[in-house]
Amino acid sequence: MTVKGMTSKEVTQRVFNKEELFILDVRNESDYKDWKIDGENFKYLNVPYFELLDGVEEVIEKIPTDKEVLVVCAKEGSSVMVAEMLSDAGLNVSYLKGGMKSWSEHLEPVKLGDLNDGGEIFQFVRIGKGCLSYMIVSHGEAALIDATRMTDTYLEFANSIGAKITRVFDTHLHADHISGGRTIAEKTGATYWLPPKDATEVTFDYQPLEDGNDITIGNTVITIHALYSPGHTIGSTSFVVDNKFLLSGDILFIDSIGRPDLAGKAEDWVGDLRETLYKRYRELSEELIVLPAHFMIIDELNNDGSVSENLGTLFAKNHGLNIEDENEFRRLVTENLPPQPNDYQKIRQTNMGKISPDMDEQREMEIGPNRCAVR
Amino acid sequence: MLNMKANMILDAKGLACPMPIVKTKKAMNNLEAGQVLEVQATDKGSKADLKAWSESTGYQYLGTLEEGDVLKHFLRKSSNDESIGKKHPNVISNEELEKNLEASENIVVIDVREAAEYAFNHIPNAISIPLGELENRVNELNKQDKIFVVCRTGNRSDFAAQKLTENGFTKVINVIPGMSQWTGKTTGINR
Repeated sequence: MTVKGMTSKEVTQRVFNKEELFILDVRNESDYKDWKIDGENFKYLNVPYFELLDGVEEVIEKIPTDKEVLVVCAKEGSSVMVAEMLSDAGLNVSYLKGGMKSWSEHLEPVKLGDLNDGGEIFQFVRIGKGCLSYMIVSHGEAALIDATRMTDTYLEFANSIGAKITRVFDTHLHADHISGGRTIAEKTGATYWLPPKDATEVTFDYQPLEDGNDITIGNTVITIHALYSPGHTIGSTSFVVDNKFLLSGDILFIDSIGRPDLAGKAEDWVGDLRETLYKRYRELSEELIVLPAHFMIIDELNNDGSVSENLGTLFAKNHGLNIEDENEFRRLVTENLPPQPNDYQKIRQTNMGKISPDMDEQREMEIGPNRCAVR
Repeated sequence: MLNMKANMILDAKGLACPMPIVKTKKAMNNLEAGQVLEVQATDKGSKADLKAWSESTGYQYLGTLEEGDVLKHFLRKSSNDESIGKKHPNVISNEELEKNLEASENIVVIDVREAAEYAFNHIPNAISIPLGELENRVNELNKQDKIFVVCRTGNRSDFAAQKLTENGFTKVINVIPGMSQWTGKTTGINR
């Protein structure tokens, strides 16, 4: 019996719509514990495929027959094998096309809203890894912020809405994922902008992104105002777009704040982080809609799958913005930090242009969950 | 290059998951207890999976060598002699041997596990003489020396100690239980 493949896009829709799904994850236990497909109404069973080589009898009674069942593995091969065995045993199951590899790379574009004079802003949700990137479009011109290495997705999307990418920005030198910024700039002829303080070691030419820079997209004014906001990295820069959206990079998230230890010593930058979150951001309008570069947990997704929240709401609810005592804040962001992302040093070197790993290596380097925040 | 002396080499290069483990499983079935299998694979995920699979099946995962794009995994099919009573009377615990090693540098430790087991993890300065080679290499050892014999669980070393005694060695001590519980210093490739 042949089994159906389910695409990452189809799984993403089930996450966004809070649908039910039973996931039989056949990767080894440590990979599963490290990172899995999150969905509010998903149920899970982890049994490594190599425990099932002699048959699926042991798991079959643990698999519901009244729910959609998806078998998941690293790259697809083992999930096809197990799905076929379950299917032979009479169950109706699917496997995840491309496995966790494809899950890690799926980008789902979501429109966030309209901008001045027909402009639009889109969020690209990298659902499997928690990375968020942005496209700002106006009159056939597009700016891209914090693009991932899945560059074709952005190029095809821009093409589909008839826009040309002219500017590419990174809010900071990323340590958790490989930036697609430079590649997209090369492919489209766009300019690539980086905060110079994060770019002291890069091996390529870039446009310095400085505090106070105002960039206009399209022939009407959609301002992208750069705001120096160090703390996650020394160069971290936020953007205020159309006086409506605050793209906060890895400084401020919905339910957490940036960690200061991925590019140096946490102690060195904790003061900057506090200054940014407690002074610079306080001076901004509370009406701004915060658009971070990551989400950490699936609960941060809005009903349409997007990730955003009013700055005022975050000032009221985000624990990291509500720590009066400076020493307590210092402890929060320097002690008991989550493990550092996989291969984060190699990822930084790739983003600086110092090493050029091939596609497979880039995938390996990025495997796993995102860990850029502290709560 | 170290000679790892696998009893069988399985070529799983170019195969994607789940095939490396499917093939390894079949190969292990054909192996005799105590023998070592070398699995050559290019699938990066095979390392963690083979390790976890070995643990769940009771095979010994010895380690992995990386040579370019090829991962060489070494697995041993444990022998089923674990329940056989040990006969050599003169024994020492891991902890006691560790104290001896700390106190003196001139201690002779013979590791009688397979070469691949030894290569990945052994007591510094231990001499590798796999049990199967002991008969022919007995003249490498000095009968006057106090000789500590170690293996993984104390059984192969028990055989080795008996064999040495038969050959006229009088100061032979079996280390119990051996490397499976060893918490002292070790060395080996990949570390």
